[in-house]
Amino acid sequence: MWPGETVCILGRSGSGKSTFLRSLNFLEDPTDGVVEIDGVVVAADPFHKEGKERQARIQELRLRAGMVFQEFNLFPHLSVIENCVEAPVHVKGMDRKEAEVIAEKYLAKVGLSEKRDEYPSRLSGGQRQRVAIARALTMQPKVLLFDEPTSALDPTLVGEVLKVMADLAHEGRTMIVVTHEMDFAHEAADRVYYMDQGEFAEVGPPEQVIDAPKDPRTKEFLSRFRTLGSKK
Amino acid sequence: MEHDARALAQAVAADEARRASRWQLRFRLGWGVLIALLAGFVLVSLNVEIDFIARATPFILEGIWITLIVSASSITLATFLAAVGALGRLSSNAIVNAVASFYVSFFRGTPLILQLLVWYLALPQVGIILDPIFCAIGALGMNYGAYMTEIFRAGIQAVPLGQREAAAALGMSSRTAFLRIVAPQAFRIIVPAIGNDFVAMLKDSALASTVALQEIVWRARNVGQKEFKTLQTFIIAAMIYWALTILFSTFQNRIEKRLAAGDRNKESKG
Repeated sequence: MWPGETVCILGRSGSGKSTFLRSLNFLEDPTDGVVEIDGVVVAADPFHKEGKERQARIQELRLRAGMVFQEFNLFPHLSVIENCVEAPVHVKGMDRKEAEVIAEKYLAKVGLSEKRDEYPSRLSGGQRQRVAIARALTMQPKVLLFDEPTSALDPTLVGEVLKVMADLAHEGRTMIVVTHEMDFAHEAADRVYYMDQGEFAEVGPPEQVIDAPKDPRTKEFLSRFRTLGSKK
Repeated sequence: MEHDARALAQAVAADEARRASRWQLRFRLGWGVLIALLAGFVLVSLNVEIDFIARATPFILEGIWITLIVSASSITLATFLAAVGALGRLSSNAIVNAVASFYVSFFRGTPLILQLLVWYLALPQVGIILDPIFCAIGALGMNYGAYMTEIFRAGIQAVPLGQREAAAALGMSSRTAFLRIVAPQAFRIIVPAIGNDFVAMLKDSALASTVALQEIVWRARNVGQKEFKTLQTFIIAAMIYWALTILFSTFQNRIEKRLAAGDRNKESKG
């Protein structure tokens, strides 16, 4: 993947999209393969032959890969700003003031500056997810991983999160997005991967994979979206 | 129409309030009657001797200090053991886990009074002679620690997995994630349980009377037996425990309310 690219991974539930994404930062233990982000290389180690040094490299890798979860996973005992600066301060050893300046910048970007001192439970789902995005950004990662970021949201709240994500994609963030949002994939992705039974069935620009799929599995999958009355 | 609806709603609300206040009244009346019955039983059947009660009560009351010291020390020891024990039970290290689960199994699987007697009567046989107060604290602390280990473990496990994953994805080591993310959330779940156990401990500390510790029950028995008036002294002791329990329960309620106020998160998801 090239810096600045946005990749969307599509596929039906259980096709392995999330597992693939979570393997990239080793929340899942992959059985094979190598992940390289910004010069940090970690290989699969299914038999746990390597020791602490690998774990340290995984942590290095995770510093470079910000993740946004389906269920937000904000820390409920911390305020919005504390959620954002927790890792920069306690993992990177950054000065708290400095971290807060960065966090405020990203909170402004996701439009939640005034929620700085609220606790997550006082926010709507869409706001929580935007805080989660700001939290990931405050770590200043090289790549953002989104794991179905809008699937747990009320339909009315999906838009505000997708807008933030589209803005990030357009300003040249490197992003890998697992999603069911066809319109978003079509509009924001540079490349689309269609996944089926744990492998990539079709890869290409959205105009090709979404508008004119070649693989029968992709065709079948997309036809369901059309029959459900999607705009595309 | 709108006016009628509002009037009806008001009437319903008033009726509900009336029923609620009547319920409260009956509830209090119930308590009042029961207390009067208890007091009547004590006064009539006991042949009250103000003189004796005035002599015995201060002597029994002095036991409060021992009771409180033993209870507070034991709950502190138990909390420490439970924290270590819970980490052991959650450890991926098989040996550490074995030690922790053995501890829980053994101390939960044998009677508290037997454990106390081992500390006091059996350990001297192998040359370990401890002051009764240390026997009591050791026995209560170890026993409650075993029960509380499971409570702590459950509290830690009640923190959603997603919290650990989010911490890991942010590059936190498992140690940092535990200390900064999991432990503070588990603590809020565990605190009410510690309070409950302290109230239970207040009363279980009475077992220490069997190892000649001069706490409330020991004093009540001794001062009562001399004049064959244990019924009176035991009732005094019961009232003291009851008062202590009510006092600490109120205190505990207040702490929980404060914790809940600081904890604006009622959902499990962040």
